[in-house]
Amino acid sequence: MVKKSIILITIFTVLIVLPLIVPRFYVYLTSIILLTGLLATSLNIAIGYCGIYQFHHAIFYGLGGYGTALVITKTNLPYYIAFIVGPIVAVLFSLIIGLICMRLTKLYFGMLQISLGSLIWAVVYRWYSFTGGDDGIHGIPVPDFIADAKGNYYFTLFVVSISIFILYRIINSPFGKTIQGIRDNPIRTVSLGININVHKLIVLLIAGFFGGVAGMLFVVVDNAVFPDMMFWTYSLEILIMVLLGGMYTFWGPFIGAIIIVTLRTYLGSITQYWPMILGLILIFVIFFLPQGIYALIENFVKGKAHNADS
Amino acid sequence: MLTVKDLYRDFKGFMAVNGANLEVTKGEIVAVIGPNGAGKTTLFNLITGHLKPTAGIVQFKGEDITGLAPYKICRKGISRSFQIVNIFSKLTVFENVQLALFSKYSKTFRMFSKASKYFIDETNSILEKLGLLEKKDLNSELLSHGDQKVLEIAIALASSPDLLILDEPTAGMAPRETERCIELIKKLSKEYGLTILFCEHDMKIVFNIADRIMVMVRGTTIIQGRPEEVRCNELVQKAYLGDIC
Repeated sequence: MVKKSIILITIFTVLIVLPLIVPRFYVYLTSIILLTGLLATSLNIAIGYCGIYQFHHAIFYGLGGYGTALVITKTNLPYYIAFIVGPIVAVLFSLIIGLICMRLTKLYFGMLQISLGSLIWAVVYRWYSFTGGDDGIHGIPVPDFIADAKGNYYFTLFVVSISIFILYRIINSPFGKTIQGIRDNPIRTVSLGININVHKLIVLLIAGFFGGVAGMLFVVVDNAVFPDMMFWTYSLEILIMVLLGGMYTFWGPFIGAIIIVTLRTYLGSITQYWPMILGLILIFVIFFLPQGIYALIENFVKGKAHNADS
Repeated sequence: MLTVKDLYRDFKGFMAVNGANLEVTKGEIVAVIGPNGAGKTTLFNLITGHLKPTAGIVQFKGEDITGLAPYKICRKGISRSFQIVNIFSKLTVFENVQLALFSKYSKTFRMFSKASKYFIDETNSILEKLGLLEKKDLNSELLSHGDQKVLEIAIALASSPDLLILDEPTAGMAPRETERCIELIKKLSKEYGLTILFCEHDMKIVFNIADRIMVMVRGTTIIQGRPEEVRCNELVQKAYLGDIC
């Protein structure tokens, strides 16, 4: 227990001093990793902890981004409202999509979500006058104090830390245990007097909200939004992050996000076959790491501790 | 306490439950017996709301609960276990029971407090009652089959039901586990005054612990009565028991 908090504090300290010592590009990359880590963790709340087949999570990421971007570029409202509106748009849509999809379960839920999400994507992709169509919106202004790489890095670090803390609390709360019960055994949970549909819907709203927060952060870091953010292949990429890191663990998806974002950044710049590499990673995970990397690390550490004891 | 009147359930032309009648009074242990496919599990699913009846009435404490959602029926005081082991396999034994308590005290929407702080004493006392206390930190999927069945009863008990429904509590158990389970059911009834409705294949167990027995054949209730009445009923013998009397 003490060990865990030491690790967390160390990582946090490194993250705080990082922009002071590394070049701008790495600061930018770390910001992207942080917000993508939040995105993957928010998906894990639904798919890993509650067993909901949230197959089109990117849609909430995109909606969070577009919500923020559109308020900034189309209205004169203050910035902080734009930052709040993004996630709220994501929540509203996850409510609507959730209410429709909840009539189905498992794979059918996921398939319906992909179709509804693709519908939203198609509208965004085509509505040139409002969303900028396939170009998206670029050069979105943000307040001065978060305009440079350092500023938006600290802003991202701050928001992501708080969000992750909240999600961590939720997972370990009675609500968190209840949704894990729903995942393991919905029929049993119902017979305990628990209304599983209401719980599932709340999980969808939480996942959608923090997906939207990640999208909002993307606007701050990249000053741009584009339809690819909410294309279904990106949902698959987030899902691979979750699987790669470890679906039933809290930190696993974050680790998955670190690996995938780093690989995409470097490999994507030398080859255009990134999706193929992604596919190979997925095959590797399915065959050799069904529990994810986090479980591997955990077993390794535990094994070591065990050896030290004996 | 529980009254089932002329209950029917139609599965696309097959009448799984075809005129079932059942009466359970407070404090009793009532057994439902019948050959395979007689509709016992379907009957329990109809009572607990997992299936909706085609026709008929289910009354609990004088109130009509026919076709209510399962979680609502649980809140009225009926708790059940399942024929196939139905536990939360990735949670620990302790958390399995604790989860039922979250529901009982309506804490399932608490999002920002630590789950591990809730109901420690109550959970422990339930586990102790059922002899699972030493295993409370084990992952529940690691328990033996017999222990998992007992854990199911523990989960069902945690919601402090007035009526406990057990669907083949001893199915798949080793003889010694079965004995322990029977003792447990007797104890729950005697010491805690629980009303218990169960179904079972093992006739010895049924005649050993049931106050009254209801016999079902092809979805229809043939008779409900005391063990000796049932034992000597002609229809029952013909359909089910062979020559015991």
